[in-house]
Amino acid sequence: MKATLILANGAVFRGDAIGAMGDRVCEMVFNTSMTGYQEILTDPSYAGQGVVMSYPLMGNYGVNGEDNESQRPWAEALVVRHLSPVGSNFRCEGSLGDYLRQHDIVGIQGVDTRALTKLLRSQGTMNGMITCAEHFHIREVLDKLAAYRVSGTVERVTRGEKEVFPALGEQRLRVALMDYGVKQNMIECLRKRGCEVTVYPAHTPAAEILSGGFDGVMLSNGPGDPADNVDIIREVRALYQSDLPLFAVCLGHQLLALATGAKTHKMTFGHRGGNHPVKDLAAGRCFITSQNHGYVVDAGSVDPAVAQVSHINVNDNTVEGLKYKRKNCFTVQFHPEASPGPEDTEYLFDRFIASMGGEKNA
Amino acid sequence: MPKDPNIKKVLVLGSGPIVIGQAAEFDYAGTQACRALKEEGVEVVLVNSNPATIMTDKDIADHVYIEPLNVDSVTQIIQMERPDSVLPTLGGQTGLNLAMALHENGTLEKYGVRLLGTSPQSIHKAEDRQGFKDCMESIGQPCVTSDVVESVDDAVAFAEKISYPVIVRPAYTLGGTGGGIAYDEPSLREIADRGIHLSRVGQVLIERCIAGWKEIEFEVMRDSAGNVIQICSMENLDPVGVHTGDSIVVAPTQTLANREYQMLRSAALDIITALGIEGGCNCQFALNPDSYEYAVIEVNPRVSRSSALASKATGYPIAKVAAKIALGYTLDEIPNAVTGKTTACFEPTLDYCVLKIPRLPFDKFTTASRTLGTQMKATGEVMAIANSFEGALMKAIRSLELNVRALRLPKLDEYYTDEIEDLLVNVDDERLFVVAEAIRRGVSPRKINSITRMDIWFLNRFKNIIDMEQALIMCKGEPDADALRRAKEMCFADSYIGWLCGMEQKDVKALRERYGIVPSFKMVDTCAAEFDAETPYYYSSYDGENEADTGDSGRKKVLVLGSGPIRIGQGIEFDYCSVHSVWALKRLGYETIIVNNNPETVSTDFDVADKLYFEPLTAEDVQNIVEQEKPWGAVVQFGGQTAIKLAKALTDMGVPILGTSSDGVDAAEDRERFDEILNQCHIPRAKGQTVFTTEEALKAANEIGYPVLVRPSYVLGGQGMEIAYNDRNITDFMRIINLTVQEHPILVDKYLMGREVEVDGVFDGEDLLIPGIMEHVERAGVHSGDSISVYPSIHVEDKHKKTIERYTYDLAKALGVVGLINIQFIIYDDQVYVIEVNPRSSRTIPYISKVTGVPIIDLATKVMLGQKLRDLGYGTGIYREADYFAVKMPVFSFEKLADVDTGLGPEMKSTGEVLGIAESFPQALLKAFKGANMRAPKKGGRIILTVKDEDKGESIGIARGFADLGVEILATEGTCRTLEKAGVPCTQVARVSERHPNIMDMIASGTIDLVINTPTRGRKQNTDGFRIRRAAVEHSVGCVTAIDTARALLTARQQGRSRDLQALDITKI
Repeated sequence: MKATLILANGAVFRGDAIGAMGDRVCEMVFNTSMTGYQEILTDPSYAGQGVVMSYPLMGNYGVNGEDNESQRPWAEALVVRHLSPVGSNFRCEGSLGDYLRQHDIVGIQGVDTRALTKLLRSQGTMNGMITCAEHFHIREVLDKLAAYRVSGTVERVTRGEKEVFPALGEQRLRVALMDYGVKQNMIECLRKRGCEVTVYPAHTPAAEILSGGFDGVMLSNGPGDPADNVDIIREVRALYQSDLPLFAVCLGHQLLALATGAKTHKMTFGHRGGNHPVKDLAAGRCFITSQNHGYVVDAGSVDPAVAQVSHINVNDNTVEGLKYKRKNCFTVQFHPEASPGPEDTEYLFDRFIASMGGEKNA
Repeated sequence: MPKDPNIKKVLVLGSGPIVIGQAAEFDYAGTQACRALKEEGVEVVLVNSNPATIMTDKDIADHVYIEPLNVDSVTQIIQMERPDSVLPTLGGQTGLNLAMALHENGTLEKYGVRLLGTSPQSIHKAEDRQGFKDCMESIGQPCVTSDVVESVDDAVAFAEKISYPVIVRPAYTLGGTGGGIAYDEPSLREIADRGIHLSRVGQVLIERCIAGWKEIEFEVMRDSAGNVIQICSMENLDPVGVHTGDSIVVAPTQTLANREYQMLRSAALDIITALGIEGGCNCQFALNPDSYEYAVIEVNPRVSRSSALASKATGYPIAKVAAKIALGYTLDEIPNAVTGKTTACFEPTLDYCVLKIPRLPFDKFTTASRTLGTQMKATGEVMAIANSFEGALMKAIRSLELNVRALRLPKLDEYYTDEIEDLLVNVDDERLFVVAEAIRRGVSPRKINSITRMDIWFLNRFKNIIDMEQALIMCKGEPDADALRRAKEMCFADSYIGWLCGMEQKDVKALRERYGIVPSFKMVDTCAAEFDAETPYYYSSYDGENEADTGDSGRKKVLVLGSGPIRIGQGIEFDYCSVHSVWALKRLGYETIIVNNNPETVSTDFDVADKLYFEPLTAEDVQNIVEQEKPWGAVVQFGGQTAIKLAKALTDMGVPILGTSSDGVDAAEDRERFDEILNQCHIPRAKGQTVFTTEEALKAANEIGYPVLVRPSYVLGGQGMEIAYNDRNITDFMRIINLTVQEHPILVDKYLMGREVEVDGVFDGEDLLIPGIMEHVERAGVHSGDSISVYPSIHVEDKHKKTIERYTYDLAKALGVVGLINIQFIIYDDQVYVIEVNPRSSRTIPYISKVTGVPIIDLATKVMLGQKLRDLGYGTGIYREADYFAVKMPVFSFEKLADVDTGLGPEMKSTGEVLGIAESFPQALLKAFKGANMRAPKKGGRIILTVKDEDKGESIGIARGFADLGVEILATEGTCRTLEKAGVPCTQVARVSERHPNIMDMIASGTIDLVINTPTRGRKQNTDGFRIRRAAVEHSVGCVTAIDTARALLTARQQGRSRDLQALDITKI
């Protein structure tokens, strides 16, 4: 069946329908990772978004039960050049196409994804609609696209109840992890370092966390515009004002920046992929990181009395990490938990463990 | 860290002659590195014995030494030039070993030369088997478990420990002779017993068998600050067991999920960090297809063939960045030339699929074993880029130039399906086609996987192609738009679609154009379009958006066709010519567009021409580019046979051929037309006839008189050419020639055993410039590419030089040559004959350009554009002779190719060449022999002579010469009798079939320094001579197979003085 992708600027891409049938409006973003489509689809940070994979061959190794970053895929749609009808890998349990259908994700293949990527790069992330309808009124579609905004996503993706994950091996620390759309591997990175991890719904009051007897708090990644989360930011401020060791990633990093007076803004097309170089300014070293963000902290808005920029993106010099003056508090924009992407910065979890008084590498 | 200011003068070591396993990729790497160094204001001293390279040009380095790559000669150069540093990691294993030897013997320390980049300790750690194993163990990286044992019981005990199957590798036998895979104890006992006996040191290595695992490679880089990045991942279609150089390789990896991918990426980064490498590094892994289990197979602490492929596949200039790292820069300080905005500190990401297929020499060496294993056999490779695997595969197959246009080998049509299934077990160069044929016959991918262990994903892609073929066949006539679009998206050639549908190629083109199915070009930009890039590096696709720059530069556009994959007969020298032509055109203000498909070359570096199209060199693929670019003219005379054969197609497309027209090319190749021209010019050539049948051949041979030269017309490098001495030879050769259907007649010519002379000339329509006359050491009968060649000529009389000049002029004029002409002559019986004329560049151009100082390609290019030689400053006629001698010596790769006869003849066999340059002929000869690593026996040494009857007379002088030098002469019966009769002291050795110890035992014993064996003509594999020659190769004993070569070796020994050899900076010429 044919499918069409219509973008907010009026651009139309035709291809073949994959996944679920139907219309879907979402914000279209591109990702340059060559592996990890299943992790990307199940990363809650993509809630409300449709993902364009710039690498043309997707579904090669199928899908499996191990590579989910959450209970279900959160991306709304998937745009690919070629979809492998069957996957080949020792862990493969099914095809990507079937997986999309089962989880009601619409998709399109046969699209010139490079042209689409260039369009999103030059004109910026924009809304789009995938439809299987043969006839549509472009005007109506464009109106729909103009009206769409990614919002309320943290509320959608966060857990309803707190959940406790035991440490792997000997338990040495207890960590509270705020779920704004947490990826499973973030939990695993803590567990394998001897942390019992209690994952809390996004809107849990700070008081409850602070009275939980934890050794440290971690703020997770998540979707959407950070500034939308007014209530959460208030609680984050309370957590910041405690003396618990604090580590935050991606949305968590942005929320803490907002909670301490800095500003964020939306980037033209964001950073999504597994090849972004980040420089640790203190160490003078560069690391290749996994990234997925459309918003960024304004370097100029960071109060030097509160924090200093600790990491920058080598490509565009944007803020990639903040080191707070407050004791034991640091945050990064990129994803040290990787999954998908390079695992070169997983050592930051060791740093967090150390800040909680634990030892490196359980 | 910025550049180290103490580095001012750097010695760069090249990789020497092209041999199998070490080819043009190091010219690419070395050239890029030299340019990077010069860009930083560093003075570059280059040493490489290979004159066909671009790196040995005076434009590339400040001081160029085309000298043997050995400790003595490089030490001398260090004494002369006093560089402060040496860059060892860009010249392949040769360069690395040499640098280590200079470090270990204290030379570097003595002259205060430091090794740049990776430290000697790190190199040692990576290269030393045990050191590497220990290092891997210390960082928890698994190697393939193995142990050396000396008894069968120990072998069994170790096998029990690591579990069966195990691989048995006898120590010190070539190509793993006597080894094998043991699946259980009885088979291990048998193989280990045999292996221990065959091994010279009575040892075998017992290794865990990982055959069938996936072979994955990562190219990684590290700088002095410890920053580490991965450049490219690659997956071999052929599982572990086939050398990666002989494997079909795809980039990036296709069948690894993120988890396995990151596991191996992290391992590669951990390895480069643990080894402390500063620069590039290649890590090869074996990955169990059924688990996360893996093993490190090999690490190369230097740029390599894979890094050249990775550079071209990603657009990331590995050698350049490695050179800058060696100077002290960190990755984040080096700009990314592709985007101009970002830095070298990032990981390239691809939005296309890249496929490499090796080019194997079995079309030349028809008797060689085609089996692929751990010994590399490929001479070159092709790469293709597409947005699907299927497309990349179809393009790569077309690029091979093996008369195969799709995933179909016509000869397999004749096999029954069960025979095809049987063929699947053979691991050889045709397996790809056998697999495809099996799929075509309905054998399931699962079953094929169980036999070949090729991943199902790849097999499904093949099936996709086969299904597409079927769909087109079912169209019966015009395919619909959808089928046509899908076929083009898989990069099916129009001609193949036409063949499947029963349409003419031009009708397919017209039809798809009517449907709007036209190619577009995409950019290779290292970043999957995330950043704006202006790299003029393109590949074709049938996607919508066309990114090729259509802007008018205001300059005339010239298309330069490259020479495709490196093969015997068409090597790196044609890349030299193509690149130099591009540079000349650029200097003259033209916009240059290069088309090529060889990832190992300088020409496919995206900053050589103004635009690079990485595409197959077929008429259709080139036409797409022509329609895109609408070039003002095209240059075909520099890209070897590959480019020249597209001349007519380009003319038909309406693209003017600059220089000699396609008609002129045809006139030189068409026997009748050429004979007519010779007649017109009153130029004698050997009597000859064209024949089709054996009867006709016999009649012709007897009319002409034996010996005669028999060969198919329209061939490359003397393929299938033989010298016949009698009727039996004729019958024999004709049978072999006619095994393949001959479209063109067979030529029978009088064989003139005279002195062979070769010239390259530049002709502008009025004037001729001959930069130099080269004389071959071997008489006619040995292919010119396999002959030792000396410039200036030694034995050519002035009157003959005048004749040669006149003939060259007349032929150039008659053929309408504008640009280059290469002619081979024979001087026989005081008369000059013409053997062959090529109105194009030849393999001697780089060498003769360098030794005469005449920029031949530059002149030829200017002449093609209408300039006149008399205005160009190098005069006309024969250029003044140099006051030193330059000897070009062929280098072979016989030890890599089992079952190939090493005997020289009219068919070319060498893979590369070295140069020896000195003030006298013997010294130049000695230097060249040293460069080619051919050692003449010294006093106390031993030679075995066994020559054919025709050579017995001449062998006397040679034997006496060596005997006078104190060399012991051994000979087989006939030769021995001749020598004794002539009074040369000689000991008889038993022949192959005679009692032990016989000649074979002597060769194997390691007490022989040289074998002189001249082959009796013919193609028989089982003659004694063949076995003697192979034995010499396999025991690393020098073997000379032409009497003239033996004489040259004697001359070098008698008159050459090693101590007086003086290195020469050719930029001072």
